[in-house]
Amino acid sequence: MRPLTEPETKTVFAKLANYCSDLKTLIAPLDDGDRYVLRLNHSRVYYVRLSIANMATSVARDQLLSLGTCLGKLTKTGKFRLHITALPILAEHARHKIWVKENGAQPFLYGSNVVKAHVGRWSEDCPEHSGVVVFSMADIPLGFGVTARSTAEARRLDPTGVVCFRQADCGEYLRDEDTLFAG
Amino acid sequence: MGVGRRIGKKQGPPEPLSEEHFANLKRKKGIPVDETPAELRSTKKQRTSTKSAKSGKSHGDVNAKKSVRQSNGLGKASSASKQGEKPAHRKSKKAPVAEPDSDEDSDQELIDEFAASDLDAPALGDDFIDSGDSVYDSDQEEAKKEKFVFSDDEDDDDEDREEKLTAANIEGLSRKLDKQMEDEAAENEAELREGALQTNIDGDKPHILGDDDDDDDELSSKTKTLLAPDLQMLRTRITEAVRVLEDFSNLAEEGRSRAEYTSQLLKDICAYYGYNEFLAEKLLNLFPAREAFAFFEANETARPVVIRTNTLRTHRRDLAQALINRGVTLEPVGKWSKVGLQIFESNVPLGATPEYLAGHYILQAASSFLPVMALCPQENERCLDMAAAPGGKTTHMAALMKNTGVIFANDPSKTRAKGLIGNIHRLGARNVVVCNYDAREFPRVLGGFDRVLLDAPCSGTGVIAKDPSVKTNRDEKDFQTLPHTQKQLLLAAIDSVNHASKTGGYLVYSTCSVAVEENEQVVAYALSRRPNVKLVETGLPFGKEGFTRYMGKEFHPSLKLTRRFYPHLYNVDGFFVAKFQKIAPTPANAVRAPSSAADKGTKANGSAKDQTEEEVVDRTPITEEGEEKDDDFGGFDDEEDQDYITRAKRNAMRRRGLDPKALNKKGAKKEKDGEKAAEKETEKK
Repeated sequence: MRPLTEPETKTVFAKLANYCSDLKTLIAPLDDGDRYVLRLNHSRVYYVRLSIANMATSVARDQLLSLGTCLGKLTKTGKFRLHITALPILAEHARHKIWVKENGAQPFLYGSNVVKAHVGRWSEDCPEHSGVVVFSMADIPLGFGVTARSTAEARRLDPTGVVCFRQADCGEYLRDEDTLFAG
Repeated sequence: MGVGRRIGKKQGPPEPLSEEHFANLKRKKGIPVDETPAELRSTKKQRTSTKSAKSGKSHGDVNAKKSVRQSNGLGKASSASKQGEKPAHRKSKKAPVAEPDSDEDSDQELIDEFAASDLDAPALGDDFIDSGDSVYDSDQEEAKKEKFVFSDDEDDDDEDREEKLTAANIEGLSRKLDKQMEDEAAENEAELREGALQTNIDGDKPHILGDDDDDDDELSSKTKTLLAPDLQMLRTRITEAVRVLEDFSNLAEEGRSRAEYTSQLLKDICAYYGYNEFLAEKLLNLFPAREAFAFFEANETARPVVIRTNTLRTHRRDLAQALINRGVTLEPVGKWSKVGLQIFESNVPLGATPEYLAGHYILQAASSFLPVMALCPQENERCLDMAAAPGGKTTHMAALMKNTGVIFANDPSKTRAKGLIGNIHRLGARNVVVCNYDAREFPRVLGGFDRVLLDAPCSGTGVIAKDPSVKTNRDEKDFQTLPHTQKQLLLAAIDSVNHASKTGGYLVYSTCSVAVEENEQVVAYALSRRPNVKLVETGLPFGKEGFTRYMGKEFHPSLKLTRRFYPHLYNVDGFFVAKFQKIAPTPANAVRAPSSAADKGTKANGSAKDQTEEEVVDRTPITEEGEEKDDDFGGFDDEEDQDYITRAKRNAMRRRGLDPKALNKKGAKKEKDGEKAAEKETEKK
């Protein structure tokens, strides 16, 4: 486990900036003097309190499987890929949101894109190809993706047209449990 | 509209083969049959008669009322069909007039009105339409009824007559059966007497035990000719044996010992429930006979499905509402838990609802709440879960701590740890560090925890309902190796606790086993090895006290503070929970090979004195027994034993990789101690 290097931090934050409006709040000091930091272990990036990260240093690298919240994976090509485990953090700080109706939640959780007919409502002024967090109508975060059209364009779309490409959904907890958390 | 979804409304698979069939077979073979089949038969007759009435109904001209009258025995069906009558009338009147579209609405209404009893009457209505009679008058129907009833009676003449016979003469019939049985019993008796065998059949006293396996063999050969093993007979024999064991002085046959009955009961239980003899005996010894029987019975039925609300994400009320909207029937699990919901029925897979995937709840047995409730982790503490997968308890702890402080979740298996990490993330616990150690390494990795939860790996004798393979898998070896690991784990757990913690310093030991070897004995061992811990109240609102004595073993009286949970008492899995408080640091010399530690302990340590005292107390009852049995057993030769003991100790040390000569150095001191102990004993006497 180690802190991220400068370029790594940059790629991670560049990715997060797609979804989150305010990155500063992510790492701002908390009330009790603690703060959240990013840590890298087995090419997974973790978002964790500093105190916990410090305590976890006593665990050997091979035996440390996870700490705090896993944001995603730094690939060998130097890119950063967000995992579904980052959803609570993205949902908290989301810039753009899409709410899907009850009949659209199930298909989305089974791994399909969001079609226009399933959209209950969405945030205005959303440009094309920007990250959105997908919620159910009961405000439960279900996953995230990128918009296929800007909000204005999507209005003219027919009901079966895709408005949001899925990137991750909660169903992955069941489907990809083996690959999601490589030890 | 189709046939209702309720079971029994549709023409489902045929009813399971009743015991009566076997009973009949047996009767033919001349094996005694007990009372129940007679009743069964009568109910069956009633049922068939109602069925015939029902089938008549579907043919066209129907009358529900008659069927109601006939099916007095079946309360549900009758009430349903009673309710069903009205809508059938209404619909049949309406059907020809109304257009199909507008009809749908009224249909909807009907469904709403009678949603509770999903009816077969609407189907009836369809039949009316098909039959072509467009208008129905209730009077007309009445007339038809009379007519039909008559014919119906004639059709089922035989059955009806038989039914009447059953109803009226049920007493007589059963008496007849009784007599038959008595005759058979008498015959058997006579036969046995002829065979010059000793029997003791006396009036009321049930005859359970086989006489030198003679009639047993006969029976078994006969039962073998039947297809199924004679479960009914086994069961009655078990209940009889339980009855006898409860009131032994009155009900036992003369010249039979309690042990004989117990062994017979044991054999029957093994055969009936499919346990191996070792495990069955172990479980049987835990309870009095009646309770043991209830325990075995409870192991055959599944425990209710329970989910735990994740209070990090939602509230129980909201979750319940959301699930009810999905067609789940549920209710709070009990007053003792504010987060548990018991599931009765569900139309959707509970492990794949959007709420589940969003981490609003986790499927978790009710018993798994208990250790965490006993541990009661506080905010901003440092906690350790030594065997965490699959994460139900870990996330419960995180929820109680409101995501503050830190939890170390350890699991020795990497594959199981994946599920653990998944659950931790799904439920949104952010204060968890997952590591993959053998938990016995623990104080060396990191210590100073405020609270430690040790849900030890165990034989699983408490969760036989969940995993029936336990019945046959477990043997004596498991009950030696598992407690050994558990003891090591418990000592490691104790050493990981920070005794100086302001808020905590607690440790909870739990297993999903009911065996004393894995519970009380492990706890007692820990108490003797670590005098710096004591048992405290678990704070759980229910549960039985742990044993303080078991099969001649005496445990520390404080073991009363531990709690046992049984499936037959609380409808939760079999479970054991003990809560320790650490009051002082572990003495430096305690963390060593047990033998050497004991040697050093006797030197000066005050705590070690307690140990020797306890040991003396433990030994007393056994020596007394020994004196009594001196005559037939031959007594003990202490000097000779001493020789064997020292040799065994030396071997044990060599196996452990220690220097056996170290034993000799302290040999002299030990001898002195031994003398002291002996003196104490004599003083006490």
